[in-house]
Amino acid sequence: MLTAIVFLPLIGSFVAGFFGRLMGDKASQVLTSGLVGISALLSAFVFLNTIDGGQVGTVHLFTWFVSGDLSVDWALKIDSLTAVMLIVVTWVSFLVHVYSIGYMHHDPSVPRFQSYLSLFTFAMLMLVTADNLVQLFFGWEGVGLASYLLIGFWHERPTASAAAIKAFVVNRVGDFGFALGIFATFLVFDSVKLDTIFAAAPGKAGAMMHVFGLDAHALTVICLLLFLGAMGKSAQIFLHTWLPDAMEGPTPVSALIHAATMVTAGVFMVARMSPLYEFSDVALTVVTVVGAVTCFFAATIGCVQNDIKRVIAYSTCSQLGYMFFALGVSAYQAGIFHLFTHAFFKALLFLGAGSVIHAMSDEQDIRKMGGIWRHIPITYTVMLIGSVALAGIPPLSGFWSKDTILSAAFAAGSWSGYLAYCLGAAAAFMTAFYSFRLLILTFHGKSRAEERVMAHVHESPWVMTVPLMLLALGALLAGGLGYHYFVGEGRGEFWGQAVLNLNAHPALAQAESVSVIFAWLPTVLAALGIVTAYLFYSVYTEIPARLAQQFAFIYRFLLNKWYFDELYDFLFVRPAFRLGKWLWKDGDGALIDGIGPDGLASLSQILAGRIARLQSGYLYHYAFAMLIGVAAFVTWYFAKQG
Amino acid sequence: MEPIGIAHYLTVAAILFTLGVCGIFLNRKNVIIILMSIELMLLAVNINFVAFSHFLGDLVGQIFTLFVLTVAAAEASIGLAIVVVFFRNKGTIEVEEINQMKG
Repeated sequence: MLTAIVFLPLIGSFVAGFFGRLMGDKASQVLTSGLVGISALLSAFVFLNTIDGGQVGTVHLFTWFVSGDLSVDWALKIDSLTAVMLIVVTWVSFLVHVYSIGYMHHDPSVPRFQSYLSLFTFAMLMLVTADNLVQLFFGWEGVGLASYLLIGFWHERPTASAAAIKAFVVNRVGDFGFALGIFATFLVFDSVKLDTIFAAAPGKAGAMMHVFGLDAHALTVICLLLFLGAMGKSAQIFLHTWLPDAMEGPTPVSALIHAATMVTAGVFMVARMSPLYEFSDVALTVVTVVGAVTCFFAATIGCVQNDIKRVIAYSTCSQLGYMFFALGVSAYQAGIFHLFTHAFFKALLFLGAGSVIHAMSDEQDIRKMGGIWRHIPITYTVMLIGSVALAGIPPLSGFWSKDTILSAAFAAGSWSGYLAYCLGAAAAFMTAFYSFRLLILTFHGKSRAEERVMAHVHESPWVMTVPLMLLALGALLAGGLGYHYFVGEGRGEFWGQAVLNLNAHPALAQAESVSVIFAWLPTVLAALGIVTAYLFYSVYTEIPARLAQQFAFIYRFLLNKWYFDELYDFLFVRPAFRLGKWLWKDGDGALIDGIGPDGLASLSQILAGRIARLQSGYLYHYAFAMLIGVAAFVTWYFAKQG
Repeated sequence: MEPIGIAHYLTVAAILFTLGVCGIFLNRKNVIIILMSIELMLLAVNINFVAFSHFLGDLVGQIFTLFVLTVAAAEASIGLAIVVVFFRNKGTIEVEEINQMKG
């Protein structure tokens, strides 16, 4: 059954990809959606079987390769962590597949799109079921490839191609760290099999290894390298720049990337490797700080962006920050819980935004929207649910997970935990602010769109609205229903052996005993954020512009996303271009070509030209040459004789 | 006056041969002169053959001469035929103009 879950999307992708033209658009949409749908149903069964503490184990498929001590299998590992990820990935992916039928109906290459979507799903499923690090890396890279293909799906747009390349290259930086982490793991543990590593981890807690001539704590090195990979995939600060640009892909892709398949990979991986992270306080602190800073910094940017998808993209970045600092304070369960709830409302927000864009004739600037909630009531309702859930207002799902994370961070008692709590609480305010800013600017007030566009505003077809409603249901209920099992009393039974919490890191256990003030502060802040957004954009509409004028520097700083792109452009991109140009013009062009092929070619051309001049065409010249030759030979012959 | 020996014959033949060679090289006018020069060289060779045949008392050389004459006649006829065809096509048989083999 597990095998079917993982490989059905691959079959769908294969068939739709290679025979899509023969089958036509409809058939490939039905096929891919159907197979992912079956996969989703099966994973619901697997989920129910697994969380009872039942079916935990490994399905061995076959051996991939053996080289010396290194032996790598294809095997599917199933435990609670995998089961949760399966649910998230297959259901969100299924809904995105169905939604795409409506969203992409006028696109010329529907089968290709559906094929990529299924490939994406397959790669992510491979990643979450991986039984060893190499297989995990396979899924990891497969996800990277599929995201590249999908972000650049409209490859005739130069910006889409550029965004796809950017996503790929930025991810390469992280993947480099990840690959090094795998090597280091093999060096220390002599195995890449997860079960073997986890069993051996406590024994290696004090092990040291040589790095650049220094003795370093082996597990810290491994964890930091692996975390570098997670930072790339999950768009943490410094490696986040690809995520907002990934908006260039079609909107369903954004939903898939942000909710289910791509950015959650890093969070999943760190949670999966919890038996290693638990033994490295340094690595945990780094994870916490990076997560907290990302959470805060992305939220500040989200407050001033004007592109509807960009706001949501930065919100994802910020929410991933929450997940990471949850992992960092050893509240892995809370991190995965937030991943779970976030998947619903973020997919909902993105697909809802897609529906808005669809209704507004491909307009994405929220300054040119407004007053459309009467025209698209379903989209408005689900967006409202998604925003409230994202803001963390009880009893919607975002509240449960975000609240747990912040309490756990506070309860951790370390300086990094307090830092994460402060930044996280501030981000909670901003999250509520920007999500309602988005909502109010998009749906309420007077319309700022052109009349031609407004005349066209229409509700999306049912293939788009039904997935939205299902996701809205998830956003409403997932938190309240899951709380008990994921992070509440039932968590020990629910998670089983999937994640490890040492007694030294009791953040999650103590989260419930955090005093009422600190536990409810984020929620109060979120409510304040909503009120602020309402005041700014509905009542005193002149305030935002005045603030932007007054603090022009800060406003521009935020609007330009902390100038990360410009900084990277200056530090890496342009030097790389210069180096490339130098190697191309001077290295390859002048040196290698000049001396090599081009040099030889021109030399032989010159020589040939000279020799050709001997060919005068006059018979007597040739005869004369022959005579001279004969005379010379005879002379030489006689001279030798004599 | 010394009797006429083989050296005289060979000298005459060598002079004829050289004339033929020079005729080929120095001639700038027309192709027929080249044909005549080749004929001259062949005759020089024939003289050598006959001279040696006589002085060595071996008839094979003289028989060979007859063959050479036959071949020379055939060669002359073919050469003249080529010249006629060439003139029809190009309108000239001047050696200076014949340089189509120029590289």
